[in-house]
Amino acid sequence: MKNILLICQKELKSYFASPIAYLLMAFFGLIFGFGFYTATRDFVRFSFQAQMMGQQGPMNVNEQIIRPLLGFASTVALFLIPMITMRLFAEEKKTGTIELLLTSPITDMQIILGKWLGSMLLYLCVLAMSAINMAMLFAWGKPDLQPVLVAYLGLILQGGCLLAIGAFISTLTKNQIIAGGVTFFVCLLLWLLSWFTAFDSSASAQVVNYLSIVTHFENFGKGVLDSKDVIFYVSMIFFSLFITSRSMESLRWRA
Amino acid sequence: MIKVEGLTKRYARTVAVDNITFEVEKGEIVGFLGPNGAGKTTTMRVLTCFLPPTAGTASVAGFDVLEKPLEVKKHIGYLPETPPLYPEMEVDEYLRFTGKLKGISGSDIDRRVDEVTGRCAIGDVRNKLIGKLSKGYRQRVGLAQAIIHNPDVLILDEPTSGLDPKQIIEIRELLKSLAGDHTIILSTHILSEVEHSCQRVIIINQGKLVAIDSVDNLTNRLRGSEAVAIEVEAANGRPNPTEVQQRLEQVAGVSRVVMRNSKDSRLSFEVESLQGRHIRADLARTVVQSGWNLSELKAVGLSLEDIFLQLTAGEEKARQENSVEAVTVSQEGAQQ
Repeated sequence: MKNILLICQKELKSYFASPIAYLLMAFFGLIFGFGFYTATRDFVRFSFQAQMMGQQGPMNVNEQIIRPLLGFASTVALFLIPMITMRLFAEEKKTGTIELLLTSPITDMQIILGKWLGSMLLYLCVLAMSAINMAMLFAWGKPDLQPVLVAYLGLILQGGCLLAIGAFISTLTKNQIIAGGVTFFVCLLLWLLSWFTAFDSSASAQVVNYLSIVTHFENFGKGVLDSKDVIFYVSMIFFSLFITSRSMESLRWRA
Repeated sequence: MIKVEGLTKRYARTVAVDNITFEVEKGEIVGFLGPNGAGKTTTMRVLTCFLPPTAGTASVAGFDVLEKPLEVKKHIGYLPETPPLYPEMEVDEYLRFTGKLKGISGSDIDRRVDEVTGRCAIGDVRNKLIGKLSKGYRQRVGLAQAIIHNPDVLILDEPTSGLDPKQIIEIRELLKSLAGDHTIILSTHILSEVEHSCQRVIIINQGKLVAIDSVDNLTNRLRGSEAVAIEVEAANGRPNPTEVQQRLEQVAGVSRVVMRNSKDSRLSFEVESLQGRHIRADLARTVVQSGWNLSELKAVGLSLEDIFLQLTAGEEKARQENSVEAVTVSQEGAQQ
């Protein structure tokens, strides 16, 4: 555990020693803020209209703003995650520092978990940027807290899953650009899987649909905490970290 | 301390290390000498558990590299060819990180960092970013990283490459001060390097072990000797190998006789001469006078000599790169 935290701390430090962490946070903050602005503007306009038409009671902030906004955040995360994971192993392989880690008395799994945890914490920092906007909603509106928390849990699990996949891809190459590109492609593919199967109800389509990372987020977005989705994400994280450790092992045999 | 037996490492197409066996005792400084691509780095990587061997075994401090890698790693300090540094870290921060990585407890870390920064003379750059350091400082930070947990065994891959002569001398002094309580293996492709800092030399070339010897013996053997392959056949029956070997050794000017092969009634040997002695005629005479048939006698290029030439060629290049070094070397030559 001590070793995992040590690696994690080192990863975090190097994220924040370079512009990448600030860039990602600023980027996400901007995009999310923009989404927030449009969503609230429309919400305000529609609720005025609704009042003028004589509708009773306020509209649902959770349904109208938060749900689409966090769904949007989950899509934006797909684009950010390759930028977080691409350097994890590729950079160390390129500069030769991987030799330091692999010849130190720690296990491969500790290295992988430490790195994954570090990337996870950065991802949380990025997500935290959305808290500014959320705080405004809670200050001036009365949204339900529970569905928001569930949706954030969904974002975290989906992120953890993609980060683990990204970490695996980063072990495959020395080139950060390739690692980032391939991770991006895989993220995109996992996203698109749900489109391919939208109007197809055959068994194979069901399987493909089940594998789509985004499908599982939909429930979280609605505020529904389904053990099926949690298990999917957690097992995907475990599986990805496992193949990462296999890949590290093969690194030794191939190197 | 270090035991390597029949070590072989194959990559997809090439054999990097081919059946190498050697042992290093506690407290020794051993030089690993060979031209570029000889398999030095690969052997070191196997010893540090970075690469698994294809065949054979290696153990450090009694622990096998395949079975107990964590134990082996605890006993090893390793400086790879390019020092594994994180440019975005400060020297102090980096040494603390590597120290903790190697299992130094929080209470000891300050003391250890102080000690290694003093020892490697990097005290004045402790708060600088590693990315801003010059090559010599980087090398020394790399070395500090290797000794931070006070390991029993130090494995250094070309520790002096790219340094200026003053820095080379400093590193040599540092290594000497470390010897005794540490066992050190260092690799180099420069012969003079080994002469300065090592007690024993392991020469490898193209993955094969060429020689293991003390530095003095080796330099004597290297200078101007010749090697002869000789095949002796008895007129009747099989000659006694020890007898033949003894006779050959008695020939004036012979320094070493090694039996290469014995097939049926034929025995073949490799004979090395002392410096500047021509022994072929005497060898032939001895064999015939002893009543054996001489079926083959030819000069073979001393395998060591080839290596030596390659090594000195490398040295020549290094000398050109480094004119100051050249001056000191030629002065040494003049004194001799």
